[in-house]
Amino acid sequence: MTTTVDNAEPGAVTPTATRPRPRRGHPLLTFLAKRIAITAGLLLGVTVVTFGLVNVVPGDPVTANLSDQALNDPATVAAFREKWGLDQPLWAQYLHYLSNLLHGDLGISQQTGRAVLDDLFQYVPATMELAIPTMVLALLIGTGIGMLAAVRNGRFTDQVVRVGALLGLSTPPFWLSLVVLYVFFYQLGLAPSGGRLSTDFSPPPTVTGMYTVDAALAGQWDVAWDAAQHLALPVLVLTSLTVAMLVRFVRSSMLEVLQQDYIRAAYAKGLPGRVVFRRHLLRAGLVPVITVSGLAFASLLSGTVLVENIFGWPGLGQYAYRSATALDLPAILGVSLFVALVYTLVNLTVDLLYGLIDPRIRLS
Amino acid sequence: MAPLLDVDSLAVTLPGPRGPLPILHDVSLTVDEGELVGIAGESGCGKSLTAQALLGLLPPGAQVSGSARFAGTDLLGLDARGWQRVRGAGIAMVFQDPTAALHPMLTVGRQLTEHMRVHLRMSRRAADRRAVELLEEVRIPDPERALRAYPHQFSGGMRQRVAIAIALAAQPRLLIADEPTTALDVTVQAGILALLDRLCAETGLAVAFITHDLGVLSALTSRGYIFYAGRVVETGPTGALLTAPTHPYTAALLGARPHGTQAVGTLRPIPGGPPAPGEAPPGCPFQPRCGYAEPACGSAAPPLTPAGADRSVACVVRPQLEVAA
Amino acid sequence: MTTLAPGPVAPDPRVGRSLARRRWLSRLRGGPTSRPIWRQPIALAALAILGGWLLVAILAPVLAPYDPLAQSPDGYAPPSGAHWFGTDSLGRDVLSRVVYGARLSIPLALAIVSLALLVGGLLGLVAGYVGRFVDEALMRLTDLVFAFPQIILAMAVTAAFGPNTRNAVLALVIVSWPVYARVIRSAVLSMRGDDYLNAARLLGVGPVRALRRDVLPNSVGPAIVLATLELGNAVLLLAALSFLGLGPRPPAAEWGSMVALGSQDLSMWWVSVFPGLAILTVVMAFNVLGDALRDRLDPRYAKGR
Repeated sequence: MTTTVDNAEPGAVTPTATRPRPRRGHPLLTFLAKRIAITAGLLLGVTVVTFGLVNVVPGDPVTANLSDQALNDPATVAAFREKWGLDQPLWAQYLHYLSNLLHGDLGISQQTGRAVLDDLFQYVPATMELAIPTMVLALLIGTGIGMLAAVRNGRFTDQVVRVGALLGLSTPPFWLSLVVLYVFFYQLGLAPSGGRLSTDFSPPPTVTGMYTVDAALAGQWDVAWDAAQHLALPVLVLTSLTVAMLVRFVRSSMLEVLQQDYIRAAYAKGLPGRVVFRRHLLRAGLVPVITVSGLAFASLLSGTVLVENIFGWPGLGQYAYRSATALDLPAILGVSLFVALVYTLVNLTVDLLYGLIDPRIRLS
Repeated sequence: MAPLLDVDSLAVTLPGPRGPLPILHDVSLTVDEGELVGIAGESGCGKSLTAQALLGLLPPGAQVSGSARFAGTDLLGLDARGWQRVRGAGIAMVFQDPTAALHPMLTVGRQLTEHMRVHLRMSRRAADRRAVELLEEVRIPDPERALRAYPHQFSGGMRQRVAIAIALAAQPRLLIADEPTTALDVTVQAGILALLDRLCAETGLAVAFITHDLGVLSALTSRGYIFYAGRVVETGPTGALLTAPTHPYTAALLGARPHGTQAVGTLRPIPGGPPAPGEAPPGCPFQPRCGYAEPACGSAAPPLTPAGADRSVACVVRPQLEVAA
Repeated sequence: MTTLAPGPVAPDPRVGRSLARRRWLSRLRGGPTSRPIWRQPIALAALAILGGWLLVAILAPVLAPYDPLAQSPDGYAPPSGAHWFGTDSLGRDVLSRVVYGARLSIPLALAIVSLALLVGGLLGLVAGYVGRFVDEALMRLTDLVFAFPQIILAMAVTAAFGPNTRNAVLALVIVSWPVYARVIRSAVLSMRGDDYLNAARLLGVGPVRALRRDVLPNSVGPAIVLATLELGNAVLLLAALSFLGLGPRPPAAEWGSMVALGSQDLSMWWVSVFPGLAILTVVMAFNVLGDALRDRLDPRYAKGR
């Protein structure tokens, strides 16, 4: 809509701020609806892929789950097959699974014999207990170092940070865990060797599933402290790796912003450096950090598979590994679905945050 | 009366892979109070760098020599505090691309008032009121609403007007406009030029207008400097400069324009290109492309010497030049 | 408008391809304010390390003092004159196993990256050029693969098909092809507006030829950067799989499984530390090289270092 205004140049468009605004909330609703539809489709795809993987390829759950003794007994084998519906045609199995899913039933794990949902309720909080402190620490440390390096671009600090970040990214997580364990447990005796609690303590009453939180809530401070000590090393490893990734992103994003004309223009106005930093640099530079936080969280889930293995941490990573090697179909499907759900939720949050912070996206 | 801005023998080198690269050589120029001066030259001739040097915005590692005085203050000797006082309130700058020069995530109002409040010590209310006045000055419609809008909601020409308003907010005495209309349509350009002209006349603002467009130079400015390869090669009143140039480069530029109402046979571009920084030949930098070059041109870079009323030229040959009308 | 410099001439589409190739070669050489890539010390160091490892892999039979599979009664011997890296629980010489490990990790990583680049790159090329439905389909497919954490999907595939070298490679190709597809696709998309593509189409150049002559040379830059970085990632993932027992079957000397073996007894640090260092140095070298290349070849990063 063009309005000719006195003395404005021809072809000027009135700022959208003066046009009659469309009814609020609608763009957000349609956006959400679209994303939910895509997510549902994605999750369906995940079920198909995992279901197909486990079934259409050589690899028999029977041989993976039954001992050699049991395998020799045809009656046991037949009972196993019948219990898990392995004798029905594939598509029937899939539909059966889907309908259960929609009722909130993820099936029974072939290894543990419990509902997969229960397994998840037990193992996921253990991983969360690692993931949350890692994300918080990594974000704080990573953004700080990244910004420092960007501001001192080309100088010694920057070079050190760059090399350090690359080093972190190139380190195998399982190896770092071993090294850390060797130094802090074996040599220095400063940290426990693994697991979530020392053997002389028993877990606190379950509220969140995270021992530190639950123990604190129950007032069992000695248990909480012990649990925290067990957290220290795995969190150290995971944080180091996540910091490496974040530092690189923050640094390059900041570098890009530093070269923008609007930063120079801000200085040209005579604004003091700290104002330019706080109001202009941070706002623009940290936006991509939102995106990378999503990525970092995702890679955390990958990292835990290896780290939990070394530290004997009974979390999602361990569960995923055991399910995969045992070809425990319901468990694999449960883990995949959960992880895919988490991923897409994280992506959704990232996109929403993006729109919140960058007015260019918000108002389009 | 002493000029508002007095630059003498300014030289700038930038850090390069094999040592410092000289970009600006022996640049001298002046701007008086209320004057509209033009700085013209092709891309890469150092005009933007001059502007950056005058605001202390050179990239790290840059070396500056010579002198630059603004209203009696030595610019090159300023520390960070000193620069904060001069920038915005003494000298202000308008950048080439308004889309890049305005912060995408801050409202127009914020970008207008933040330095206003620092330099003029105004309250929020007073600053907002003044911001509205400024937007009216630059002819932005519905200024109250515009305060709360974001830059991307405006068209290109409007953004540049906003940028000009921002530059004027802290009441500077000198405005350096670095190719403010290059990124805009020709029709929009006329409006911006008219705006600058009006501001200059009404408020006594001095403007240093950087451009590569000789037409703009002639339309707007009263005096001009022609830059080539980091040096001033000619200067004088704009009218005389463009109708009777004394430097072969200026004449060649004028000859390279498409002009006239009759069909011109072919464009006459200047053969070759300007030297890259650090690769200028000894002597006059224009010599390889000059049709009037003599052996004497190769010995030393000609200094800027007077050549008549208010005019200076950096040429030892000073040939008789003809310019197509 | 009066311009001081003559305007650019519209490019001849026949020149487009050689222009594209020269463009990224000259970018490697560097501009007036940066040094050519072969003069930067850190990139050189990375190249040297990679070259070293390549030599180690090729000359393994000559360099290794012992047979990597030969067990001996000297189990868990610490590093000494006879065994520079010590021995593992079965008395095998760790140094020899690390040396032979290069023969597995490096060629396998190269294989994984080449296959994934081939599959992903081709799909991305076609999707980016054809657009519309094909592009949308590819996007959804890559989203699907991205919904799984890499290692979990790789674990599932290897476990399903049976853990061995071939399946580990297959799994990692399946897990990594989408990245290439996305990168190539976006490179193609950014080229679609370019005039020389349109000029070629107007001249009647068929899509296959256009893809080959004009689009492909320009995608090479980002592809090279990605491939180099992904080589490091491939080595890490392969090591992770073999650490979990899902890679090359024992007693093959793969660095990841060697670390796993060492994890059984912490006091025998040499069994895990040296293979881990091998992984670290190789991956680090790939990453450094990829970074240096990216600073030059990827226009998005070329501005700031």
